[in-house]
Amino acid sequence: MNNQRSLLFNVDWVVILIYLALCTIGWFNIHAAVFDPLHPSIIDMGTNYGKQFLFIITALILGFVILFLDGKFFSTFSPVFYGATLLLLILVLVIGRNVGGNQAWIPIGSFRLQPSEFAKFSTCLLLAHYISSSNLKFDDMKMIGTCILILLIPMALIMLQPDTGSALTFTSLVFVLYREGLSGYILIIGAVLIALFILSLLFNKFILVGALVGITALILLLSRKSRRSVTSIIIVTAACIAFIFCVNFAYQNILQTHQRNRIDVILGKINDPRGQGYNLNQSKIAIGSGGLWGKGYLQGTQTKYDFVPEQSTDFIFCTVGEEWGFAGSLVVIGLYLTLLLLIINIAERQRSSFSRIYAYGVASIIFFHFFINIGMTIGLVPVIGIPLPFLSYGGSSLWSFTILLFILLKLDSNRMGII
Amino acid sequence: MNSFFTRRFVVQGIFIVVAIILLARLFYIQVIDKSYFLSANYNVLRKITIYPARGVILDRKGQILVQNEPVYDLMVIPREVKPFDTLQFCRLIGIDKASFIRKFEKAQTFSPYRESILEKQLSAMTFASLQEKLFEYPGFYIQKRTVRRYPDTVAAQFLGYINEVTEKDIERSEGFYKPGDYIGRTGVEKSYEEVLRGQRGVQNLMVDAFNRPKGHFAEGRYDTLASAGDKLISSLDKELQKFGEQLMQNKIGSIVAIEPSTGEILAFISSPAYDPNLMVGRYKGNNYMKLLNNPNKPLFIRPIQAEYPPGSIFKVINALVAQQFGMVNPGTQFFCGGGYHYGRRGIMRCTHVHGTLDLAQSIQYSCNTYYGYVYNRMVDHAGMRPVKAYQRWHDAVARFGVGGKLGIDLPNERKGNLPSAEFYTRHFRSDKWTSSYNISLSIGQGELGITPLQMANVVAAVANRGYYYKPHLIKAFGEDKVIKAEYTKRNSLGIDARYFNPVIEGMSRVVNQPGGTASYSRIADIEMCGKTGTVQNPHGDNHSVFFAFAPRNNPKIAIAVVVENAGYGATWSAPIASLMVEKYLRDSITRPKAYVERLLKANLLPGAKKIKPVHRSSEDTILQKLELKPIEILTPKALLQDE
Repeated sequence: MNNQRSLLFNVDWVVILIYLALCTIGWFNIHAAVFDPLHPSIIDMGTNYGKQFLFIITALILGFVILFLDGKFFSTFSPVFYGATLLLLILVLVIGRNVGGNQAWIPIGSFRLQPSEFAKFSTCLLLAHYISSSNLKFDDMKMIGTCILILLIPMALIMLQPDTGSALTFTSLVFVLYREGLSGYILIIGAVLIALFILSLLFNKFILVGALVGITALILLLSRKSRRSVTSIIIVTAACIAFIFCVNFAYQNILQTHQRNRIDVILGKINDPRGQGYNLNQSKIAIGSGGLWGKGYLQGTQTKYDFVPEQSTDFIFCTVGEEWGFAGSLVVIGLYLTLLLLIINIAERQRSSFSRIYAYGVASIIFFHFFINIGMTIGLVPVIGIPLPFLSYGGSSLWSFTILLFILLKLDSNRMGII
Repeated sequence: MNSFFTRRFVVQGIFIVVAIILLARLFYIQVIDKSYFLSANYNVLRKITIYPARGVILDRKGQILVQNEPVYDLMVIPREVKPFDTLQFCRLIGIDKASFIRKFEKAQTFSPYRESILEKQLSAMTFASLQEKLFEYPGFYIQKRTVRRYPDTVAAQFLGYINEVTEKDIERSEGFYKPGDYIGRTGVEKSYEEVLRGQRGVQNLMVDAFNRPKGHFAEGRYDTLASAGDKLISSLDKELQKFGEQLMQNKIGSIVAIEPSTGEILAFISSPAYDPNLMVGRYKGNNYMKLLNNPNKPLFIRPIQAEYPPGSIFKVINALVAQQFGMVNPGTQFFCGGGYHYGRRGIMRCTHVHGTLDLAQSIQYSCNTYYGYVYNRMVDHAGMRPVKAYQRWHDAVARFGVGGKLGIDLPNERKGNLPSAEFYTRHFRSDKWTSSYNISLSIGQGELGITPLQMANVVAAVANRGYYYKPHLIKAFGEDKVIKAEYTKRNSLGIDARYFNPVIEGMSRVVNQPGGTASYSRIADIEMCGKTGTVQNPHGDNHSVFFAFAPRNNPKIAIAVVVENAGYGATWSAPIASLMVEKYLRDSITRPKAYVERLLKANLLPGAKKIKPVHRSSEDTILQKLELKPIEILTPKALLQDE
């Protein structure tokens, strides 16, 4: 008993409060999104908000069960979790139910399990387990290779569903690798590649190549003295040019039409607010019409009357923006930012590298969802169907984020002990 | 903790920067850019205009002149339309396939989700046959509106018409009117627009993404009810109006009948008339063009817009004014030797050699010579310079409502013409002119222009022995029976009541004594007092003019009739007036059938075969070719023109 009290005493209650706040905000906004003034009821298990209430309760139970588990359990069994998730991911391809073109759900009774959600924390766990237990450093190709392999297997399986959004989530774990010693160039290269990707879609590739060659020539002219850098600069330029051609090829041949359209909408190459751009346009209208203080709870006409599609799952932020305005958006974004910064703080106070690496993984995944989801509702990034952590409707996503966070809290509460 | 500890700041920094980017973007679309707010309203709000029923117009006895009738607009929501037999559908609504496809595509372009008008104003008949089949055509539905309906097709020019507002109307109304609204264009519909139009209502409905209604916005707090326009009670007597229009069939001209004790207009006939229902409905535009191009100009509102020299009826005014000035009295006699000589060689001929006449006789026989002397006295022998004396005469005549707008409650009233002293001074380039220069004014010819309404008003004032109320067409409006204050004010002619007796005596003899110019128009047991006139028309046949009131004591009706190009006043206008008077006072006609038939059937339109008058009074005023040397040259053409 004493042991348990001290155990709960060590738990970071601020994080739990933020977690509860986000879940509550999520529930109220799901209620608002599906609210029908003709049938007002608060708890109705047939509705999304009724189900979400159930999900929140079970998620809390799940969370506290995790807190009472042994701290070593997760690091020890991380390969098992990983393996089990991979099995589920394979299973879903065989017996999964196809909803909206994605074979991502395994039906269990009246609920549907989404294995890709659970792949997130199990991958984090295995990554933490591997890096913390390995003696290798990040300048060793074997180390990097293994890490990338750990990420690529679930990614590839999820891509087969195909659920590009969830698969892309794993790229955010690059922050973990960076923190653990992967060269800082990885972030710069990432940024440059993203920039080149956008540029090559916006401009003719030959113009772009010409500009690139021109810039290279200019740099070479200005830095004639250091001969050594000449070769590397030329190599970089060549790589960039190759990338541009790859992008064009991949864009036309690998991406699916709807993905290409979503990117074109964001880049302004398609202006079709009734067709391809409908979701984004309606989402922006809903959020934009909220103004400074919002229209008030249950008063959001755009979300209430179904102008925004997927409004309780991927586009839940529209309800926040419309009914609570900029003020509400500020609160939600503030809560997420506080949570993320707190998680990094928690990470850095861990003695065990396993806990630290895992904490970075949690932060990366939450950050990726937070940025991509809100970014897509306001037209900053292409529409990618991933949920907003803790707010979006859905049992699998809420449970997986809860597990993700509460494992961290468990590890953190044990930080004084040795794992 | 390891050597890469400081990298936490890079990661945290990225988190913060991204959060700031998101917030900046949110701040832009939520707070700075207002277009999203408008788009949201466009998405969800549907403003439904509730059109008020336009006020009805009744006659003085409460019978309906104008009412509202439902018509049916065929609406379409393109998205909900399923494939169907276009040809059969077109046959149902009575349009051809090509124009159907054009209209449907227009609706599709406007919005596939929103309703557009496919075909306006289907008749009740079309609607009835369409209604049974409409369920076979999803996406189409009917929206009811009301249009004007004129059950008796009378008084078209008085009522006027309404049509859709133009851009200019919308601008002028400062936002009151919206495209698609109707506005009164002419007649009472225009002059009482504010009373008739009522107040539009608005419903702010909300719809969901599939355009399904979701109730009222903000519980209907911003909704307004439509309130119907007020009803107008006109002063017209529908039966009298109808009878007058029948009498004026195939004739060009006007009848204006006034109740002298109130100034209320009992009949307002402008001929040729038209069926006011032509200006309503789907074929309005075509009908309008036809009316506009009709050579007899039915859209011209003759009672208030046509100006004629009054002819001999003007002698009544001169007789009254001369008495008031003390120039003549009932016993004043002049000798008529067949004409009035003026200047060195000028002569204004009379119809007959009347011999010696007194004032009453001068009216009875319509003696030109007598009025030549009277006018000469008023202008040349008034103890002042003729120019000043003329101006005094002018001012006295003007008080009869001649030469100025009477202020009837109809738009586009013309004021007529009563030339001032300066006009002649300017014309003769000298102020040393005398009565000889414009002697034809003495008998109502020359530069005078008087509308039929003004004629009726003059005779109404004579009937009242010295005053008139502004003639008006609307007795009252609204539930509280409001009447404009200006119509209850008595306007004095400035003529003492006693001077009317000899004039009215003369006017009575015109009708009631054998030998009076209009004795053919005598009504049994009703003493009508009138005066005929035959207006010289340099462009064609003379205009037939007559005005009268009845009964002599306590008059109930004053009437003026003008029939263009019809000849003598006694032949056409006087009998028509007498029938109108009898109809109004007795509600039945005692004259022989043939008498009425002749008038009803007469075709006096230009170009029609001339009928020989059955009766011709030997005492009628026939103006022979007058030698009005200075006058004829300066007679402005417009004054004598028909239109």
